[in-house]
This record gives sequence, C-alpha cells and structure tokens, in this order.
Amino acid sequence: MTKVLVIAEHAGGKLNPATAKCVSCARAIEGAEIHVAVLAADASEVASQAAQLEGVARVLKVEHAANAEPLAAVLAPQIVALAGDYTHLLAPSTTFGKDLMPRVAALLGVGQLSDIMTVERPYRFRRPIYAGNAIITVEAPSDRKLVATVRTASFQAAPNGGNAEIQAVQLNVELPTHTRFVERSAAATGRPDLQTAARVVSGGRALGSEEGFKLIYSLADKLGAAVGASRAAVDAGYAPNDLQVGQTGKIIAPELYIAVGISGAIQHLTGIKDARTIVAINKDPEAPIFEVADIGLVGDLFEVLPELERQLG
Amino acid sequence: MSKILVGLKRVIDYNVRVRVKPDGSGVVTDGVKMSINPFDEIALEEALRIKEKGGATEVVVASIGPADAQQQLRTGLAMGADRAILVQADAPLEPLAAARVFLKLIEREQPQIVLLGKQGIDDDNNQTGQMLAALWNRPQATFASKVELAGATARVTREVDAGLETIEIDLPAVITTDLRLNEPRYVKLPEIMKAKKKPLDTLTLGDLGVDATPQFKVTHYAPPPPRQKGIMVKDVGELVATLKQKGLIQ
Ligand SMILES: Cc1cc2nc3c(=O)[nH]c(=O)nc-3n(C[C@H](O)[C@H](O)[C@H](O)COP(=O)(O)OP(=O)(O)OC[C@H]3O[C@@H](n4cnc5c(N)ncnc54)[C@H](O)[C@@H]3O)c2cc1C
Repeated sequence: MTKVLVIAEHAGGKLNPATAKCVSCARAIEGAEIHVAVLAADASEVASQAAQLEGVARVLKVEHAANAEPLAAVLAPQIVALAGDYTHLLAPSTTFGKDLMPRVAALLGVGQLSDIMTVERPYRFRRPIYAGNAIITVEAPSDRKLVATVRTASFQAAPNGGNAEIQAVQLNVELPTHTRFVERSAAATGRPDLQTAARVVSGGRALGSEEGFKLIYSLADKLGAAVGASRAAVDAGYAPNDLQVGQTGKIIAPELYIAVGISGAIQHLTGIKDARTIVAINKDPEAPIFEVADIGLVGDLFEVLPELERQLG
Repeated sequence: MSKILVGLKRVIDYNVRVRVKPDGSGVVTDGVKMSINPFDEIALEEALRIKEKGGATEVVVASIGPADAQQQLRTGLAMGADRAILVQADAPLEPLAAARVFLKLIEREQPQIVLLGKQGIDDDNNQTGQMLAALWNRPQATFASKVELAGATARVTREVDAGLETIEIDLPAVITTDLRLNEPRYVKLPEIMKAKKKPLDTLTLGDLGVDATPQFKVTHYAPPPPRQKGIMVKDVGELVATLKQKGLIQ
C-alpha cells in the first residue's frame, strides 16, 4: 500500500503554505494514504491546521521541547523513527526541507529526490536540473522508501475542507545536542510573503542603492505585491537575502511578476518560470529578460516607475 | 593539526547555456567550458581564510569525477589549497554515494571541518553535505553566509527562507556554503606554476570500498517548455492599459 508522510513546515504556530502544496504533490501519487507529521514543542495549533487540508487522512503530532526550532540534526532521527511503513516521505523544497530531507534519507540509507515538479507514477517523477535548463524524468526503485522534496511552485495548495484525525506520537529517540539554535532575524515587513504572493515586484542591480530600491517597495505597496530582488541587488546590499529570487533563492509562481532593472540571467529566470504573466522594464532592448517577458517595456526605470505609480492612481 | 576538507566538483561553467541533446539522452557537454562549481569555490575560499587567520593548518581539496577533474583540483591548489585528492569516477555519483566517498576521506584525513558547496549547479540536488553529516553523525550547518570559529564550536549564520538564522555547532562538522559567504580570490600566474608542484593523489572508488551503483534512473532529458512569445509596449500608458485588459490590475 502506498503511504505518504508529509513533513509539515511551520513557524510561530502557523502551518507554512508550502506544506499544503506538498500535500497536493502527495495526492498526485495514485492510491496514496496521506499523513502529515508535525514536529514542534507545542504542535496543537499547527496540527489542527494540517488536519483541515483536503486529502490528509491523519496528522501525527510529535511534541518535544527540542523541536522548538527546526534543526535538521534534531528532527531527522525523529522522522526516521516515524518512517515505519511509509513508502514516500515528502517535504517542501524550501530551505527547511532541503536542510532536512537529505539527512533523513541518508539515515535511512536511501537516496533522495530533489524538487519534484510532476508525479508521473508513484515512482516516476520529473524534476529540473541545470537551473531549469533541462527537465529530467527519473525512476526510483519501488522497493525502497522514496524520500523527496517538492518544488512548491509546481503545485497548487491543497484546499481546506478535510477533517483528519490527530494522533499524538511519543518517540523514544536520543536527540543530539551538538547543534543549537541561537537566533533568527526575519524582517517583519507587513508586506505579502514572497513565496505565496499573487503579485511580485522585483528589482535588480539597476536600482543602484538601498535608497533607489525604495522605488520597488513603493510600487509593490501600490499593487499590494510582495518584493523580490535579483542576486546582484542582494549582494550589493540593496535588499535583504530572503528576497532573492532564482536558482539559489526562491522559486515563485505569482500571477504577476514585474522585473525592474533585471537583466534576466538564467539563474534568475529559473525562479520565475511558473509566473503567469511576466512584465519586464529594462532600458536595454537586448536584455534577455525580454525573451521570457509577456509584456516588455524598454525604458529608464527612474522615469518609468514614478510614471507607473502616478497612472495607477 | 586541524585540517579542513573541501569538495570541488567539476561542472559545466555557470555562463554556459546548457542544452539538451535532441535525442533526450542527456545535455550537451562536448566542447563545453568546465569549471569548479561556484559554491565549492566559495567553500575553498572560506577554508583558506580560516587557515590564514590561524584557524586551520592544512586545507585539502577533493574532487570525485573524471580524470579531467584534475584541472579543477589544480585551480584549487593555485588558489591556496595544500593538497588535492582525486577520487576517480567515470560516471557521475548520486549524492548519497558522494557522501559515502567523503566519509571515507574523513576517516583518512580526520578533518575538523568539511566545507562543501550547498549545491552543484549541474543537478541542483543540494544534498551531499547533509547526507555526509548524517553518515558521519555530526552537525550540519547548511547555506552558510557567515562562519565564526570559537574553539571547538562554530557559529554559523545561514540563509533561510525567513531571513538569517544563526546556529551553534560542535566541531567536527559539515558546513555548506551559500553565495554571500565570501568572494573567491583570483588566481595569479605564479600560483598556477607553484600549484603544479603540490601533491595530487588519485584514488579509485574501489580503493575506498564505496559502491556507487545509482539508485535512480534518469530515463529522459527534455528542454523546458517554451514560454509564449510576449509583446512589447511603447510606454507606461500602454503598459497600464494592457495590465488592465488582462485583468491583472484594476
Ligand atoms: C551559482 C550562481 C547562482 C546564482 N543564483 C542567482 C539567483 O538565485 N538569483 C539571481 O537573480 N541571480 C543569481 N545569480 C546571478 C546571476 O547570474 C546574475 O548575475 C544576476 O541575476 C544579475 O542581477 P541583475 O539582473 O540585477 O543585474 P545585471 O545583470 O547587472 O542587470 C541589470 C539590468 O538593469 C538594466 N538597467 C540598468 N540601468 C537601468 C535603468 N536606469 N532602467 C532600466 N533598466 C536598467 C540593465 O540593462 C541590465 O539588464 C547566480 C549566479 C551564480 C553563479
């Protein structure tokens, strides 16, 4: 029997939307019974959110003081202890899942599949390589557990409407103390979250300074959009690292993506391939971003952006 | 004697536009420029800086790959590594097998820190460091953008989706690098000459007793689906009108 365990990602008592996308991937695995594991210090809130996801049959609640922060070295042995008769173990391909799942796989003595974008059969998948320049079809052995991460931009979130049973699980696992959480600095911006926003305005090196980058924030606020950035803009300190979009930043799939002063390097484009509509504003008509843009405007951003804001009213 | 072991993978250079072969059997590699995986170059740079600050006495670079990976190891030696190890493997290894190779190298070299790139820009797996840490039963600090050593521990700032996270790990440990950890140095000609005299050992998978039989089978390579051709608008007015017409803004 096909049984899938999805590892929930969460913070501050809230289930990360990436988990619901992971559940959708699990639902694409034919005949799968889907369980979600919530590892936390206090898992009740998150567990009840996970229980509402359509398609989830059971939520496993693993509570331990050591699970207050998601440290892969601490979580991995617990997931191995949960792995039992599950055929598939999935987590989102976020920094949480990428950190964790290879450690789980290695402890189980199996390989790991990264960034599932399509489920073709229970043991056949498609995934991108070379920054999305090639899509490979991969077959995994059906006699081993399949540990994988899910490319969340490829899946819609599973809707609410479920009512799964919640089961508290006690694990008897020795947890390492060699890895300790110190702090996390997340800029609370009050803006929509980059990974789930319907609209994103992104700025590149052309913004020229942190001050210049305010033009991006201002347009984003006007549109109720999240803010993104190219690597060059982040490296130069115009924008914080969590705004980076691309191969090594976030892979996103908004309805509308507006790229301002971004050249369109392949490593950036791989992060926006699933955007519904891409708008590019760049002063160089030859910029590669125009090859993927649905709507392109050649112009100087320092003139275009203020005018755009004015016309948006 | 505290040692740092660094992994250097030979990959298609990041500036090359990778193309899928028409018959779907792989990507075109003939005549394509090969380089050190950019994340690994950052790993080596970090190791060298740690050594220069007195935090290590030796930096050993290792590559698993074809005989030609010697070029990348020589570059690593020219950057400042003391010694190189080539683990010759003619077919690419899956991350778990690569981690098993590194574990064998750890047993031989007893490093205090293993620095690897967070991902190879070829298969974009982002797994080897985490797997190695698991097999070694030691801490992992992935996606590092800052590494501070303090005796038998390290404080590592990690680039995570929410922002920056700092963890403290006991050494020995595996650290994987993100792009903003440092900017790798350029290699100067005299160093390239000097590097030719530095030791480069070659081992086989058999020497290390690692079975690298792949678990996954890649049955097909396809180019990404093309995007529909877009339109160019002449000014902001037309841009706004088009966005409204498409229902993307009110
Ligand atoms: C291993 C690796 C991983 C990487 N990962 C990522 C990643 O995840 N995300 C990412 O974004 N990059 C990534 N990169 C970097 C990538 O290759 C590019 O260097 C980067 O995306 C360039 O950023 P940019 O477009 O802002 O800057 P540039 O390439 O410098 O482009 C600036 C653009 O602004 C335009 N411009 C200048 N002035 C104006 C003006 N006044 N008005 C309008 N337009 C103007 C220019 O015409 C140009 O097209 C990675 C690179 C490597 C090697």
